[in-house]
Amino acid sequence: MTQEHHSAQRREETQAQEQETTAAAGQDAGVDDLLDEIDGVLEQNAEEFVRGFIQKGGQ
Amino acid sequence: MGLETEYGVLAPSMPGANATMLSAQVINAYAATVREARGRIAGTRWDYADETPLIDARGFTQPRAQADPSQLTDVEPELDAEQVALAGGDVTIGDTLYQAGPYDHEVLMNMVLGNGARLYVDHAHPEYSSPETTNPFDAVLWDQAGDHVALAAVRRIESLAGVPDVHLYKNNTDNKSVSYGAHENYLMPRSVPFDSIAAGLIPFFATRQVICASGRVGRGMLGSYPGFQVSARADFFEAQIGLETTIRRPIINTRDEPHAHWEKYRRLHVIIGDANLGQVSTLLRTGTTALVLSMIEAGTAPAIELRDPVAALQVISHDPTLTAKVELVDGRKLTALEIQWIYAEAAARHSGATDATDEATVEIQRRWAETLHLLETDIFSASSTVDWVAKYKLMSAYAQRHSMDFTDPRIAAMDLQWADIRPEKGLYHRLAARGLMETLYSPAQIEHAATNPPEDTRAYFRGRVLSQYPEHVVAASWDSVSFTVPGGRKLERIATLEPLRGTKALVGGLLDQQLSIHEFIATLRS
Repeated sequence: MTQEHHSAQRREETQAQEQETTAAAGQDAGVDDLLDEIDGVLEQNAEEFVRGFIQKGGQ
Repeated sequence: MGLETEYGVLAPSMPGANATMLSAQVINAYAATVREARGRIAGTRWDYADETPLIDARGFTQPRAQADPSQLTDVEPELDAEQVALAGGDVTIGDTLYQAGPYDHEVLMNMVLGNGARLYVDHAHPEYSSPETTNPFDAVLWDQAGDHVALAAVRRIESLAGVPDVHLYKNNTDNKSVSYGAHENYLMPRSVPFDSIAAGLIPFFATRQVICASGRVGRGMLGSYPGFQVSARADFFEAQIGLETTIRRPIINTRDEPHAHWEKYRRLHVIIGDANLGQVSTLLRTGTTALVLSMIEAGTAPAIELRDPVAALQVISHDPTLTAKVELVDGRKLTALEIQWIYAEAAARHSGATDATDEATVEIQRRWAETLHLLETDIFSASSTVDWVAKYKLMSAYAQRHSMDFTDPRIAAMDLQWADIRPEKGLYHRLAARGLMETLYSPAQIEHAATNPPEDTRAYFRGRVLSQYPEHVVAASWDSVSFTVPGGRKLERIATLEPLRGTKALVGGLLDQQLSIHEFIATLRS
């Protein structure tokens, strides 16, 4: 393998890695947003809500 | 095929409110909505004449005296004095019910909808039973329509001043010992021996959960053991085969109540599935099951037998890494994914051999293989289509952010709120709104299906006559519609025992003629 080829390959690898990192960061931002939203949507008193969720028999 | 959903029902400001009363309120709220929108009479009596909940597909009938009261679904449920008394403080709810529309003193327990569905109080839950559809895609659409109907009822109740809000949950357990179902129904030729149905389905049902279950926090019927599991229903099953649906639940339910020509058909009543919010999970659940049933009919289902199916069902559910192995009677130990691959590959061969190249079959096979592939590569990569994975991923991220484990009450609250049918509160709906859940149908299509029946089954006849002759339809069931004709001396009961008749192709033209009820019945009778 020539040096030129080698460095070209390394450049591609680096670019691919950068893309992956960007994608992961993008996803993290999305997840952060989502988790912020979940915090707002979740019942205020989770413990009481869970305890009060009582159903009668079903099929 | 058709799908049933029993919704969890809760009035947060009235802990201890009678569940049957709350469920009746949901039905009556929807009736009021329909009346307001269309001026039609919405409460149609259910005709119980052809309900046979105690006949067993294995060829015998359970004596009535030995049946659990909850099995007697062939009689009209009534709010008796005791229940009304139990409702006690629910005066406001009582008033609302009794004031709703022209039924001043009647509480509706049953409705037949213009889309051919049944909306009613089943035990202590509001239940939507979808109209009959001919394929899994339509089954998904009219199941989603049920959520639309349920949401309309919730909104109606919200709009009533002084009436406590009622919330509905499309889930299967309160995590305190109670479970309620999301049943599937598949029409099959009676000629297929029941033994072969049970044998072919048991290993499939024990493993199907990995591609379409909805996930649950807590283990055991009481949720006493911590941890996330794949299926919401798995821990409530105790038998391989049986007639009951409320106690000693079996993987294969033998209720033999075809709601159609007895000698020609059976209705396979499947009680093991989880209720799905997700459209693709619903499609995978019904579509793969329909493929396996085709193989069973043709005698090409894989010959697999689990050593202990009930234990396997739970072992698989308790392992969200999907690496647990279960033992077959031939001694092999396989994962759920490996068993699913055996079924998926057999289905592909079966479709190839029978030239089943219709778009729907091809699409379901493609999605089945793709889902298995995603799950074996990276479980979280299936999060946009498999409900339990989507829920698990969201909870895992949330737990990580707040440095907590799955015993935190906030995780248990997420489990319940996942299934809240209100778009602003339901966590499934919050994900879907962000485009993180793949959908098959638009809100407009779902809304249309809430008032319009499928066109290629008898549901078309049922739905259309209810919309067109509301004042003359006095009772309906899956296999009949009864009319009163002015001046007539008796009810005109039209049997609809053939599920593939009563279609748009067969009766659409007749209905479009807008005949008088006399002419209409006379033409049907001729």
